[in-house]
Amino acid sequence: MLDARIPDGPLAEKWSNFKSHARLVNPANRKKLTVIVVGTGLAGSALAASMAEMGYHVKCFCFQDTPRRAHSVAAQGGVNACKNYKNDGDSVYRMFYDTIKGGDFRSREANVYRLAECSASLIDQAVAQGVPFAREYGGYLNNRSFGGVQVSRTFYARGQTGQQLLLGAYQALMRQVGLGNVELHARHEMMDLVLTDGVARGIIVRNMDTGKLERYGGHAVVLATGGFGKIYFLSTLAMGANGSAIWRAYKRGAYMANPSWTQIHPTCLPQSGEYQSKLTLMSESLRNDGRIWVPKKQDDQRSPNNIPEEERDYYLERKYPAFGNLSPRDIASRAAKERIDEGYGVGPLRNAVYLDFTRAIQNQGEAAIRKKYGNLFTMYQKITNVNAYKEPMKISPAAHFSMGGLWVDYELMTTIPGLFAIGEANFADHGANRLGANSLLQACVDGYFIAPYTLANYLAADIKTGPIDTEDVAFAKAQVGVEEFMSKLLAIKGNQSADQFHRLLGKILYDKCGLLRSKEGLMAAITEIRQLKAEFWKNLHVPGGEAMNSELEKAGRVADFLELAELMCNDALYRNESCGAHFRVEYQTPDGEALRNDKDFAFVSAWEYKGEDNGPELHKEELNFDVVTPTVRSYK
Amino acid sequence: MNIRLKIWRQEHEGDAGKMVDYSLNDISSDMSFLEMLDTLNEQLIQKNERTIEFDHDCREGICGQCGVMINGRPHGPLTNTTTCQLHMRTFKDNELIVIEPFRATAFPVKCDLKVDRSAFDRIIQAGGFISVNTGQAPEANDIPIGSPVAESAFDAAACIGCGACVAVCKNASAALFTSAKISHLVLLPQGKIEAAARVKNMVEQMDNEGFGHCSNTEACEVACPQAISVLHIARMNYEYNKLQVLKK
Repeated sequence: MLDARIPDGPLAEKWSNFKSHARLVNPANRKKLTVIVVGTGLAGSALAASMAEMGYHVKCFCFQDTPRRAHSVAAQGGVNACKNYKNDGDSVYRMFYDTIKGGDFRSREANVYRLAECSASLIDQAVAQGVPFAREYGGYLNNRSFGGVQVSRTFYARGQTGQQLLLGAYQALMRQVGLGNVELHARHEMMDLVLTDGVARGIIVRNMDTGKLERYGGHAVVLATGGFGKIYFLSTLAMGANGSAIWRAYKRGAYMANPSWTQIHPTCLPQSGEYQSKLTLMSESLRNDGRIWVPKKQDDQRSPNNIPEEERDYYLERKYPAFGNLSPRDIASRAAKERIDEGYGVGPLRNAVYLDFTRAIQNQGEAAIRKKYGNLFTMYQKITNVNAYKEPMKISPAAHFSMGGLWVDYELMTTIPGLFAIGEANFADHGANRLGANSLLQACVDGYFIAPYTLANYLAADIKTGPIDTEDVAFAKAQVGVEEFMSKLLAIKGNQSADQFHRLLGKILYDKCGLLRSKEGLMAAITEIRQLKAEFWKNLHVPGGEAMNSELEKAGRVADFLELAELMCNDALYRNESCGAHFRVEYQTPDGEALRNDKDFAFVSAWEYKGEDNGPELHKEELNFDVVTPTVRSYK
Repeated sequence: MNIRLKIWRQEHEGDAGKMVDYSLNDISSDMSFLEMLDTLNEQLIQKNERTIEFDHDCREGICGQCGVMINGRPHGPLTNTTTCQLHMRTFKDNELIVIEPFRATAFPVKCDLKVDRSAFDRIIQAGGFISVNTGQAPEANDIPIGSPVAESAFDAAACIGCGACVAVCKNASAALFTSAKISHLVLLPQGKIEAAARVKNMVEQMDNEGFGHCSNTEACEVACPQAISVLHIARMNYEYNKLQVLKK
């Protein structure tokens, strides 16, 4: 059994207890300590800035051309915090309970409580940085509701909340770069983690402009590299989003937890052709005012505006009257897939459902809807050429968020001492399903308020270590390994591009390790993935050389995805229950809801790499519910 | 539809570079512009030719990483639209499409259509922030801000940092980018305190990076994917001149 090192004491006092007793580093000693932060999204930028403000030396890396482009920028809807500004009964406990329940009782109580507890400070911090959240006319902050909860606790900045929060963190980071406290390396991709004596001491990165490999040492390494939903190829993620940093860390000994738990987001634009490169997300906030429906008749060819009210099936309102269109994401996605699979789908490929604003526009007027969602309607029109004020949007589910990731303890440290994982890169807070507007929150809270304390607690033992020597043999060996990996990719000279393999991999995962999973399907997927991997290493073609080469970057990421995909399927296969986003068709209630098995599966699956020729080894972290009682999650 | 292309190819920063002709047949008009480039690159891979390097990431118009000159206009013919949100239905069958990188002294070309926009980061480093450390913030509702003020600040804060304003400007001025950040922060009570130092330092940095002066053609507002108003440039000038007059 894995030990998460959860502090003693009652749930509500654990974090205070930890902070009161954690070790500290004297301000004079902090500049002797270097922290490496990989990734500059909300978690990475927030942490890098916060550590530098305290006086630590920080080295910060991102693959984008500037930190401000990290994919946190694309989060639309909002960020949750239990400020209870609406006086509607919110509290730390209620937010904790909603999140635990939303995660289908597969997350750690102590972590989730801390997330809720720190949420209020995040809003304070963001406002102080100048984040222009929506305001009421009296000048106070406004809130809206989001899926899976019955209070209004979501703070938002139009449909660009992620962008504005990220710019706040980015500006804080830029301030520290300007002051010389942070060494920034944009366009650098992490290729390997370096351990000396079993402790994380540095990274090997590739300068993507020159192709040169570089070594960087530090007293702790923090991965804030986001999720790996891009493994499905068609996803809501950025084209460059990848799982390589956490995968290389996994191969160096960090455990990977619940890798198969991927959130499939219900409100994305459907695929329209084979050439397509991504599925754009339309914010869940649209479900506040939009109503989801399909025709009652299968394969109905009529234009949506010609289908009369009584011939429409508002299936979420029908099946889940209490939460209706605001049902949590896993439930809304599965319900859409069920209707589409039964032949009620709409659009040219019959792969979508309608999201209709007619009633909201009638009740509130077009101007009010435009104010709330204007940029989303504009984006929709740019992509589809359809005016959603006049005709319902067509939406469908798409891969979005990785609840799984590197296993971390309460202090966000992986099983490798000195290696931390924060934000979406870790598995920690969302259980088997993440609630809307909790992802920005977790990234920010990890970066601003948790990791700065837990890193200090770790670094306090390191003040006498001195600078890390990157001439050490461990760095040299790691670099040679990366050089060999890149040369191997370039040397195959086959006849298929990395994208072609990636598309095929995505299709296998969507079909067999997506919204619905089965034992037979997963076993078949493992065989297919192995065949695809063999084919990749035989038939890949990367034109160009080692200097700037986007195809080489893609090839390296796809090589890692092919390995990670097999681990995802193994993880899904082992878990003989349905919970949250993980729906095994063998385990469902008579009315088609997820059937959890708390007796046998109330644990976190943490997988250990055992070498290329051996299967991974499973370790379990038992989930203890001391405060809440796991119940059947009902939104009816 | 079929299209003809002329694309700028340049191996590295020091390379002279040249326009190269390509063509694509039978592509869907629903394809995005970048998916059209993906399709072309697939064909180049089959021919074992070096693919065309271009910047892109989120492909939903918000990260600001994409951006090329299309028929002489940054991000192409549609107003207030990023390159990734442009679709082939905007072009005519058999149209010739000319694609070049953003051109500015401060944005050196790195390879093909990729340019170095790190000058923008350095402008922000010079003062595009509010100096608040983690942990210092007061309770959020202690700073009431009228909704119209918050909305105006947002209009400026919406900048995605793509550089289209620089690329379209005949002087390659970064005035719209710089003023948007100055305006965002000076409109908010939290940001007013550092207003004087901010405008001085950011304007100086903008000059040091080699961006030209604003000559009020207002082309930047038209090219801007977020439709950021040139009135922010007026506000920047006001803040800057106020500083000069008061000699602070």
